[in-house]
Amino acid sequence: MRPLLERLAAGETIVGDGAWGTMLMARGLRPGVPPETLNLSSPEAIEEVAALYLDAGADFITTNTFGGSPLRLRAYGLEDRLEPINRAAVEAVRRAVGGRAYVAASIGPCGHVLKPYGDGDPDEIAGGYARQLEILADAGADLVIVETMTDLTEARLAVEAARRAAPDLPVMATMTFDRTRRGFFTVMGVTIAQAAEGLAAAGADIVGSNCGNGIEAMVEIARELRACSERPLAIQANAGLPESRGGAVVYPETPDVLASWVPALLAAGVRVIGGCCGTTPDHVRALRAAVAAAPPAR
Amino acid sequence: MDLLKSIAESLEHGDDERVHALVTEAVAAGLPAGDVLNQGLIAGMGVVGEQFRLREIFLPDVLLAARAMYAGLDVLKPLLARDGVPTAGTVVIGSVQGDLHDIGKNLVGIMLKGAGFEVVDLGNDVAPERFVDAAARSGAAVIGLSALLTTTMSVMKDVVDLVKARGLKARVIVGGAPVSEAFAKDIGADAYGFDAANAVDRVKALAAGA
Ligand code: B1M
Repeated sequence: MRPLLERLAAGETIVGDGAWGTMLMARGLRPGVPPETLNLSSPEAIEEVAALYLDAGADFITTNTFGGSPLRLRAYGLEDRLEPINRAAVEAVRRAVGGRAYVAASIGPCGHVLKPYGDGDPDEIAGGYARQLEILADAGADLVIVETMTDLTEARLAVEAARRAAPDLPVMATMTFDRTRRGFFTVMGVTIAQAAEGLAAAGADIVGSNCGNGIEAMVEIARELRACSERPLAIQANAGLPESRGGAVVYPETPDVLASWVPALLAAGVRVIGGCCGTTPDHVRALRAAVAAAPPAR
Repeated sequence: MDLLKSIAESLEHGDDERVHALVTEAVAAGLPAGDVLNQGLIAGMGVVGEQFRLREIFLPDVLLAARAMYAGLDVLKPLLARDGVPTAGTVVIGSVQGDLHDIGKNLVGIMLKGAGFEVVDLGNDVAPERFVDAAARSGAAVIGLSALLTTTMSVMKDVVDLVKARGLKARVIVGGAPVSEAFAKDIGADAYGFDAANAVDRVKALAAGA
């Protein structure tokens, strides 16, 4: 495969995969069980989901390691399983994609609010990310995705850890914004401009946003990002915001709705388009078709 | 009553040392502990909650304010007991099974303590049986459930059902960002609290038998 950053530089748009949690729940993941344990207990479920997204047209498949950092695993008494859990995650996706898509190592929040607001120790958090990333890189990941971040300091620790522990891998970093009356902020108070600048300064090759919003708000976020960043932009939207209908959780945006906004995303300079919570292989298929139908960038 | 106002303002700014000092001063000046609590600490926390809801402030500010509230409560706790302010009752709280979010639940706990309740905090990822066992053991009047995930909201119904199945008198209040009044009604909960201050009002009503 041609390196990701080369393809982006050549004007190609990259399509990501969709949600994992809901796909794994449909394959036996019970509430209260950390999803990462499935990497060991049912790797065939991981391979199955990866194959579905590959078939739908995703250029990269995310590993089931969002909560696989030592601190997150510690919350479940699983810290000593750090190595096997993260290694198995990469291996399962590699088996499923067989070189036809990039294996994207997912890195999520560590679960602790940093000092002085909470008890999170920056050195411990950075060290934890570095340990996780060394394993993911060694197992054969092709890129790193730091995602769903709301604290810029924590996001930067993760990006910097990736730069050090996996210097050869491209890094994409995306944060989650809420719409407020004064514009978009993360719940920790980070603006889009601060995120774009801070993530790039920490060494992210691709910056953007995932989760927390449906596709329409993401177009607005992309435009604001474009105004303050030169980097390739990434957007991975939810299929709308979850609604509870008669006890069941429903994500309202259909594949067609998501796809209909692809031209607007491309016009805003977005070069990596994927899905987050509530999206399915059908959403990815629709995104892929919409990207294919759009005129090439530049 | 400038002192009480200063306490509220210092709490809003998350200045725990100043809150501690001002509360100590107020108590030394003979102000009733109950007034310091309600017109100082709780008033300040109410402002913080509202500002957060409107995103005029963000989570870090809320967490600092919570710490300041604790600093003030530390001073008041022994006095409230000594003044014979009766405890308002016992409330068992926790984040439901599968849910690790506990910041909102902790705020509700702080405010309940502030309002004179005995709070049994079971932490996060709490199984339905643990809520019910703790309520039975402590004779709690109210069980408070918090959930931040659409995937864990459904566990709240399990708790409500178990409370009924065991024939417990305890009433159940639910809250958390994805929870609504309609959802609370749907699952048969006795009340819904939209933020920490509102939760206190609703718990008071439940404890009083409303
Ligand atoms: C008893 O009666 C009552 C009455 C009122 C009650 C009450 C009980 N409980 C609460 N209230 C009410 O009073 C409080 C004070 O006003 C309020 O409490 P809140 O809790 O609403 O408000 C708090 C004061 C502040 N709010 C918060 O503390 C939540 C903030 C956000 C950023 C958040 C955080 C911090 C975290 N997270 Co998570 N997280 C998000 C949140 C996104 C956001 N922008 O809000 C949310 C909630 N998380 C989400 C998700 C999906 C997840 N999180 C996860 C993990 C985490 C961290 C561990 C990293 C961390 C939690 C740390 C902690 N110790 O709590 C994972 C799940 C872990 C698990 N099994 O629980 C994970 C699955 C993975 C992920 N994508 O991050 C999303 C939920 C989507 C959904 N609706 O299902 C989410 C909205 C983020 C998003 N952008 O999509 C009221 O709701």
